Amino acid sequence: MTDRPEYTEFHPRWYRPRMSTYWWLRRRSYLAFILRELSSVFVAWFVLYLLLLVSAVGQGATAYRRFLDWSATPWLLAVNLMAFVFIAFHAVTWFNLAPQAIVVRLRGRRVQRRRIVASIHLGWIVLSVLVIWLVMGR
Amino acid sequence: MARRRSPEPYLWLLFSAGGVLSALLMPILVLLFGVVIPLGWISPPGHEDLLGLLRNPITRIVLFALCALSLCHWAHRFRYTLYDGLRIKHLNELIIVACYGVAIIGSIMAGYLLFVSL
Repeated sequence: MTDRPEYTEFHPRWYRPRMSTYWWLRRRSYLAFILRELSSVFVAWFVLYLLLLVSAVGQGATAYRRFLDWSATPWLLAVNLMAFVFIAFHAVTWFNLAPQAIVVRLRGRRVQRRRIVASIHLGWIVLSVLVIWLVMGR
Repeated sequence: MARRRSPEPYLWLLFSAGGVLSALLMPILVLLFGVVIPLGWISPPGHEDLLGLLRNPITRIVLFALCALSLCHWAHRFRYTLYDGLRIKHLNELIIVACYGVAIIGSIMAGYLLFVSL
C-alpha cells in the first residue's frame, strides 16, 4: 500500500444537479413562495413613500400639496396599486401562518388554529378602522 | 473553545417583528395614501390635521417602529430572495452588508424625519 492512491480511469463524479435560476416557475406553490418573498420589496417601497409624505408634511402646506399632486400621477398610482396587492398578500399569508408560531392555551386546552387566525384578522380590521378614523375622521 | 454565536436568531426576530407590524398597518396606509386619496375617492386630510397627528408622540414612535422594523423585514427577506430565488451565492457577503446597511441607514433617516425635522 502506498500513501498516494492510484488514479483510476473511472473517477467518481459527484451527483450535483444544476438548479435552474427559474426553478420557482415550476409549481404554483413555488411561485407563491417567491411572490411572498418579493412582497418585501413593496414593504420597503412603502417605507420610502411614507417617509416622503412625512417629510413633505413637515416642510409645510405647499410641499404637502405638491406631494398629493405627485401621488396622483398615473405611474405612481400603478406602483402603489401593485404595492397594495403585494402588501395585502404578505399580510394574509403572514396571519395565516401565525398559528404555527403561536400556541395559545386556555384552561389547559390548545386554542384551535382557525380561532387564532380569526382573532388576528379581527384585530387587523379594528386597527385599520382606527387608522382610518385617526387620518380622516376628526 | 468558545463557540461562535450566529447573529441569525436576532435578525430573524427583527424580521418577524417587522412582518407583524407591516402586515397590521401597511395595507390600510397604502390603500389610503397610495390609492384612495390620490384617486380622489375621499378628500385628503388637511395639512394642519395631518401635522398634528404626526407630531403626536405615539404616532412618531409607532411610525418609527413601523419604518425601522419593516426595513429589517425587507432586508432579511430580500437577501433570501436573492439567495434562494435568483441563486446568487457568490456575492452573499456583499448582499448581506448592502441589505442590512440600507435598513440601518433608512432607520436613521426615519428617526431624523420623525423626531428631529418634523
